[in-house]
Amino acid sequence: MHGFSYILDILLSGITVGSLYALIAIGYTMVYGILRLINFAHGDIFMMAGFFMVYVSATTGPLLAIPIVLVLTVLLGVLIEKAAYKPLRSAPRMSVMISAIGVSYLLQNLATYLTGGLAKAYPEIPFLKSTLSIGSLNVKMITIVTPILTLLLVAGLVIFINKTKIGIAMRAVSKDFETARLMGIQVNSVISVTFVIGSLLAGVGSILYFTNYGQVSPMIGAMPGLKAFVAAVFGGIGSIPGAVLGAFIIGICESFIKSNDAIAIFSNAFTFALLIVVLLFKPTGMFGEAQSEKV
Amino acid sequence: MVKNKKRDWILSLASAAVILAVLIFIDKRAHYSMLASVIQKAAIYSLLAVSLNLLNGFTGLFSLGQAGFMMLGAYTYAIFTIPSASRASVYQYFNGGAITFTLPVVLSVIAAGLVAAVFAWLVGKPCLRLKSDYLAIATLGFAEILRALIQWDVFGPVTNGSNILRSFPSFGSILTPVIISAVCIAIIVLLINSSYGRAFKAIREDEIAAEAMGINLAKTKMQAFLISSFFAGIGGALLAMFQASVQAKGFTSAMTYEILLIVVIGGIGSVTGSVIGSFLYIAASEWWLRFLDDSVTYLHVNIPFMRGGFRMVVFSVVIMLIVLFYRRGIMGENEFSWEAVLRFFRDPFHLVSRAHKKKAAKEAAGHE
Repeated sequence: MHGFSYILDILLSGITVGSLYALIAIGYTMVYGILRLINFAHGDIFMMAGFFMVYVSATTGPLLAIPIVLVLTVLLGVLIEKAAYKPLRSAPRMSVMISAIGVSYLLQNLATYLTGGLAKAYPEIPFLKSTLSIGSLNVKMITIVTPILTLLLVAGLVIFINKTKIGIAMRAVSKDFETARLMGIQVNSVISVTFVIGSLLAGVGSILYFTNYGQVSPMIGAMPGLKAFVAAVFGGIGSIPGAVLGAFIIGICESFIKSNDAIAIFSNAFTFALLIVVLLFKPTGMFGEAQSEKV
Repeated sequence: MVKNKKRDWILSLASAAVILAVLIFIDKRAHYSMLASVIQKAAIYSLLAVSLNLLNGFTGLFSLGQAGFMMLGAYTYAIFTIPSASRASVYQYFNGGAITFTLPVVLSVIAAGLVAAVFAWLVGKPCLRLKSDYLAIATLGFAEILRALIQWDVFGPVTNGSNILRSFPSFGSILTPVIISAVCIAIIVLLINSSYGRAFKAIREDEIAAEAMGINLAKTKMQAFLISSFFAGIGGALLAMFQASVQAKGFTSAMTYEILLIVVIGGIGSVTGSVIGSFLYIAASEWWLRFLDDSVTYLHVNIPFMRGGFRMVVFSVVIMLIVLFYRRGIMGENEFSWEAVLRFFRDPFHLVSRAHKKKAAKEAAGHE
């Protein structure tokens, strides 16, 4: 059998991956909570953030590039909302979802064009690349930083949503779009703030993910994106703690499946199987609110 | 009315004959040209787009599992038609594979549809209860699960694991895919115009009202899902023949998105639109826009942004413009009719009727 440190190693990498899914999942769950839209382009925003880092750090160096990358990612997210989702606000939900798929297709093709379709090496951030020795265990700094940073960000976000005025407005809009508007809430600016937060977290997630992974390629965003979405559904769409918990469970399970060669090919399939089981037995997820069909 | 029906039949038969003659000519003269390849691929994509449209456009079920069912069809066809002599080399990692017999091509194509439909039943049983975007994500998930299962080594003796399947019979003539697709699309059109099709549309418009009218929701949705998947399976088999090889890693969700975008370009809820959309999409992406990928020197100035990949960027921008500003697509929910074509020839772009209106307005103004 494998030793304890081996299992601990897998568990740690699962927690790291889970934290990254959590950061992306929050973007999905918030947008879905407010617009009832699966933002298929969210995974590609994450991918674009990776490429921003590659190109910006080439001129400024990795540390100075971090804030610039985050700003660019936020701008991209808000731009997508204004250009592709806002004009369709009164359109059927299927049209908006198709628009999201279209944006995803556009971003992937744009990235392929700009990079020539090749994977690019991700710049090394010195602090995150260092390793830490605890007893006999060598742990990469990124493995420790990722979950801590994620939990801090999530805690901050939960406080933001529960305490600040704009946070309360967000919850009102996700409860009832029309009524919130009647109450004088600027729905459009609330939606913009949602996309700012979602893209910012995707940007942070992308820095951590690609530092760990080492390279960025144009099609890389789709899978983590879908898995983060599954995490959001698993936790109950619209619920931030639910999304985070779902992401950790998926990340850890995936890490254990990947470590076993006989079933490693099912690491992606497992996530979707989990999704289907959740949808069948508890369609609102673990912490989601029940919704009834209005006639 | 009777006279018009007779006229429409004559026009349809005549144009079918003309198209057939042109296709035979292309087949004889330019079998390996870009044109012939575009015609074959577009015919296959037409069938795929129409089958997706049956679900998304006519029944209002937003499914994203198309690539999975295509993959099942493609694999079924390939597995049953690889000649016994080639099996040892194709299944080299699995001792020649578990299946030792070969089925005729026609039977294999039908089997491709049936296998896809059987799996659709398994997927549909739990999934079809879900609403709009949950259905979309669940079907997408099932397609990914099927893809993982096919690549699993345990099924290797049948599916060849994640290795490529090849050496199976391909098209002899470009007429084959065109005729098979045309027959399948014709069957779908007949179905849409029958009472089944009206039940599908009723569900699309309003599920609750449809149920109140006595339509069995679960059963009717399942019918639409099975039929759509059956034809997706056949489309997958045709695609396998066209590509001359099959590998599971090609059938990703990106392929479903591609077909979905074709449906949107043509018009959600129009069979004619899906067919026109496929031909435009394939011709534009494979052929007409190729020049965008080549660097061009125009008046001794090299245009710097024209290089590999630019074509797809332009293409996706065009698609976004259609999605945002031309949501009805090319055909909206309209279908092809000879009446509309003849009306167009009598009065192109309503020039005559507009002129009439102007004149009438002028006269009316003069009388005052």
